[in-house]
Amino acid sequence: MTAFSRAIGAEFAKIGTVRMWWVLAAVMFGYIALLSGGLAALFAGIESGAISPDAAGTGSQGLAGFGSLPPLIYSFASSIGYVFPVLLGALAATGEFRHQTLTPTFLANPRRSQVLGAKTITLFVVGAAFGVVALLASVGVGALVINAFDVDPLLGEPDTWALIGRTVVAMAVWSTIGVGLGVLVPSQVASIVIVLAFTQFVEPLLRFASLFTEVTRGIGNYLPGAASDALVGASFFNLAGPAGSASEMLEWWQGGLVLLAYAVAATVIGYFVSWKRDVT
Amino acid sequence: MPVGSVIEFSNITKTFGSVTAVDNLSFTVEPGRVTGFLGPNGAGKTTTLRILLGLVAPTSGTATIGGIRYRDLPRPLQTVGAALEAASFHPGRTARSHLAVYAIAAGLPAARVDAVLGTVGLTAHGAQRVGGFSLGMRQRLGLAFTLLGDPGVLVLDEPINGLDPEGIKWIRGFLRAMADEGRTVLVSSHLLSEVQQSVDDVIIIAGGALVHRGTLSSLETEAAPRILVDSPDRAALAAALSQAGIEFSTGRTGLLAAAADPTQIGHLAFAAGVELSALHRQRKGLEDAFLALVDGNGNGNGNETGGESR
Repeated sequence: MTAFSRAIGAEFAKIGTVRMWWVLAAVMFGYIALLSGGLAALFAGIESGAISPDAAGTGSQGLAGFGSLPPLIYSFASSIGYVFPVLLGALAATGEFRHQTLTPTFLANPRRSQVLGAKTITLFVVGAAFGVVALLASVGVGALVINAFDVDPLLGEPDTWALIGRTVVAMAVWSTIGVGLGVLVPSQVASIVIVLAFTQFVEPLLRFASLFTEVTRGIGNYLPGAASDALVGASFFNLAGPAGSASEMLEWWQGGLVLLAYAVAATVIGYFVSWKRDVT
Repeated sequence: MPVGSVIEFSNITKTFGSVTAVDNLSFTVEPGRVTGFLGPNGAGKTTTLRILLGLVAPTSGTATIGGIRYRDLPRPLQTVGAALEAASFHPGRTARSHLAVYAIAAGLPAARVDAVLGTVGLTAHGAQRVGGFSLGMRQRLGLAFTLLGDPGVLVLDEPINGLDPEGIKWIRGFLRAMADEGRTVLVSSHLLSEVQQSVDDVIIIAGGALVHRGTLSSLETEAAPRILVDSPDRAALAAALSQAGIEFSTGRTGLLAAAADPTQIGHLAFAAGVELSALHRQRKGLEDAFLALVDGNGNGNGNETGGESR
């Protein structure tokens, strides 16, 4: 085995030997399953006529202008669930600082860029696995509920499977963004606060605000969450925006590249800010 | 059997901002011997060791193991085993998993993990999470990590801290055995008495600079000679010493005269007609010699590792 594959093996062992990964995966599954199932029931109920639009309070137009329901529900895997791989990645990086395990890590492998590269690749793979778990929740539970209301879950459509595949990629990249953030902000508490505040509050607010003018709308598309939604190809967020803004997203591949750029930028800057520095 | 290599520090300097933690330090550590690396807290011991291990970049100078810098070693854990002061464990990981992670990184067989757990007496606790370990058990786990690659060079930072008497006895025997096998053993401590039973050589630093290097016994001869002398009539004895121009201080059991030869003092007392109740050469302890060496050099140079993080 080469030193690099050994380094990757060690990073997998680090994640596998601590309980964090499955605690996060379990919470993520429950959270997405609840939201996907609940909203699928609500909207499928409206679409099938089982629930009157007036009773649901969405106005008489229902989902008109959003296209079909299933992709929206399936995209919850990443549009709601992306915070979990980010947290996992950030914890994997900041944990090394917090528990001072950088010392044995760099003693066993003094090539620090190699260690960071191995950690990034490992978290990419684990993030992809998180994507699969998230999709089991959003597609698995969502399709069951949609089907129960006699609405077509579109599982035979190639577009649906493209969305599923791109969701896995998005979740994998989010996980590496977490690693980048963790080396950029090695304080674990600060990192977690940034992840939660940004993903749950700051970015949604910025995205919503950016939709009101032409200029800011273009800029808003480059926010990481917007780029992620563009990559996946559907977004719950469009529900909240002013009508007609749904078509303004980046192309899926552009979104993917923007997201990847965030990951690379954070990791490279973090390498110089913290990873390369003295371990005392 | 792994062979020890020579550790060489040449002109190592490390500054943290305006603080000089290590000041142009040069010395070598030979295989087959236990070398004590001594100095008061804050003398720069930990920083020096971390520079050797590639964890801290020196401001100038080089530190090598067998002529190679740590970060250039092809198989670092199989060459150098290090146990540093800070307990570096994820509390949620078991002892065995902790070691397994680094065994994988270093390409060591999984069997080494159980072997070193056995060596340090932690076999029964291998499946236990490190978070529940006592300080002594953490020290042992740190040693297990040190031995993982069966290295020829051992670098231990304050290994005796936190060990119980049984553990201290064990580690002394362990250090001896490692050196007798031909390995290089460098062990730091801020207390000479802690390691004097096990070290062959001493390197003493204070304020980041070298103040003494040599064998343990070389310390003894460094100490200024003194004669303890006492009399039922101390005042008369003191007067006689003053008259002869011999400096002295008053101790609990008599006067400590700055002279090398007891017969000189005895003759002086006899000539002055002073009765003596005690007269012998004062054996200054190694610890006193050590403290005398580091005194005045160890202050005002900041914290050992810079102290700005954590």
